[in-house]
Amino acid sequence: MARVQFEHVYKRFNKTEVVHDINLDIKDKEFLVLVGPSGCGKSTCLRMVAGLEEVSEGAIYIGDRPVNDVAPQERDIAMVFQNYALYPHMTVFDNMAFSLKLHHTPGHEIKKRVEQVAEMLGLEPFLKRKPKALSGGQRQRVALGRAIVREPQVFLMDEPLSNLDAKLRVETRANIIRLYQRLQTTIIYVTHDQTEAMTMGTRIAVLNGGIIQQIGTPQELYDHPSNLFVAGFIGSPAMNFLDEAKVVSDEHGTSIMIEGMGYIKIPSLYVEQAKAATGKQLTFGIRPEHLEDATLLPSDAQSGSTLAASVDVVEYLGSELLVYLNIAGKTMQARLDPRSDAHAGGQLTLYVNTAHIHLFETETGKAIF
Amino acid sequence: MTSPGKRRKQDNIWWSLLWIAPAVILLLIFFIYPLVMTIVFSFQNADSTRFVGLKNYQVIFTDPGMLEVLKNNLLWLILGTILTVGLGLVIAVMIDRVKIESIIKSALFVPMAISFVCAGVIWRLVYLYNPPGQPQSGLFNAILTFFNIPTQVWLINPMFNNFALILVYTWMWTGFCMVIISGALKNIPDDIIEAAKIDGANRFTLFWYIIVPMVRPTIAVVATTMIINILKIFDVVYVMTGGNYHTNVVGMEFYNQLFNFQNYGLASALAILLFLAITPIMYVNIRRMRAEEVTR
Repeated sequence: MARVQFEHVYKRFNKTEVVHDINLDIKDKEFLVLVGPSGCGKSTCLRMVAGLEEVSEGAIYIGDRPVNDVAPQERDIAMVFQNYALYPHMTVFDNMAFSLKLHHTPGHEIKKRVEQVAEMLGLEPFLKRKPKALSGGQRQRVALGRAIVREPQVFLMDEPLSNLDAKLRVETRANIIRLYQRLQTTIIYVTHDQTEAMTMGTRIAVLNGGIIQQIGTPQELYDHPSNLFVAGFIGSPAMNFLDEAKVVSDEHGTSIMIEGMGYIKIPSLYVEQAKAATGKQLTFGIRPEHLEDATLLPSDAQSGSTLAASVDVVEYLGSELLVYLNIAGKTMQARLDPRSDAHAGGQLTLYVNTAHIHLFETETGKAIF
Repeated sequence: MTSPGKRRKQDNIWWSLLWIAPAVILLLIFFIYPLVMTIVFSFQNADSTRFVGLKNYQVIFTDPGMLEVLKNNLLWLILGTILTVGLGLVIAVMIDRVKIESIIKSALFVPMAISFVCAGVIWRLVYLYNPPGQPQSGLFNAILTFFNIPTQVWLINPMFNNFALILVYTWMWTGFCMVIISGALKNIPDDIIEAAKIDGANRFTLFWYIIVPMVRPTIAVVATTMIINILKIFDVVYVMTGGNYHTNVVGMEFYNQLFNFQNYGLASALAILLFLAITPIMYVNIRRMRAEEVTR
């Protein structure tokens, strides 16, 4: 059980800097997810914790011990690899027992621990098999088991689900969450999939271009993305953005004017921040789930902010309608109540739930609210 | 009347026989016939005029000179295989993923391009011994002289000479073993090595529990190739000692019996013995190679 800290960590390969000034404090027993598009440096960060990559600058601490110069075998960590990295010449039992053997654990203790973990993961029938004779999901569980048996201070997981099919991925996701609740150990988990990040992490660090964009709980990232990148990356379907927005104030109050589309009223909570951004080029953001077919709402709600749109494509998903819209030449998506009679080629008045609107500086991408 | 289906089947058989005929005929003329004749000769006397039963084989397993030949061959077999394969493996692992890897590989592989005879000449210079009072121009003796250690007659002293010859073979073939094993090492996924490191493996345990087992099929193929090579060893011995000074081996003795003593019977018996020793290893080797192809 341990806390992991990054202190001004940089990583350079030759002259290319792939990780810039990472500061991260992962608390004991926390499930931290590093998420970002491929090539954003998330795996490199994980591999630096594991000791598989050297830290170019800065320091990493595991349980208050600086580990920059500590070999991987002495860091008391376990890692689950994307391709599982099972030892092909060993049985499942030996795969799981390998590290205990190397640490001179007595034989009966090894047997007890391996069997215990095998039971936890439903691997008992396969203990004598070689990895070659296992399915992808079973291999993945062996890889998890191999890590769990060691009872390490920190678990590192590098996209452990990406080689599984969709159904198994969802199942295993739940299994890992259950394991985490049971083991109560620090886990650092790397993924490019925002759904995995949102469902599993107690906290999420979003990386892009080797820079941490935002660190927070799933809810914080969803409700208050700190910039355009996080806003677009977290949430599915992604947030709609409309640039060419401006803050305007008149006798009716302060609102957002979107070029060629209309006005969105700013809730009083955000008025001060919005006023400060008057005159700047802004981007307006609204998630598909915060748009609604205005005709389905009580008539007094219709007096709020609305947008007129033409419907391109309608996807009926049973619990909702996923609608692709065209508003003054810009495409947007909306998740509507299935009772809506939106149909391809038709017109639609969208109600904008202004409690959930976002505004960003177009130039820097920084969130205003 | 035969049905068309049956007819086609018969045609197929004739066609296939026709296709394999050249190979079968060549095999019969150049392999089976000589083999059978050699077996026949091995039961006959020196000029193949009279059958002598197992007498030639009896000589091989009782004559002190012949027993020494067998003993030397055994020493070659054990030491030569262990040295070439062992060194090849260790060097391959040591230089794996090192910057100057390709330079070292090329350097160690160069001896392969040299003929045994040339290698023999080169190493005769290395082992060269000059009588006391003259400067020692042989490399080894020059080094010994430098450190004031008594010089040795490497190729004549029976304490060293077999080892000296095996060293020449090792010099020639280690590069080959190293290059083949190195290829297998490249097939080990990085993440398995990394997983082992995180699991707590140090350099030695990583080598012993992960790397060696994972390249074991390749090691087996290389080792059997070396064993076959060494069973037939001839050139090195012929060039450097001519089989004298207790360095005789089966291949050398076969040559002596055939060309110096014109004893076809004994020479054939030696050849058959070599053939019998090599066949099972060859069989294992071919099976291994097939197995390796399957796992690839």
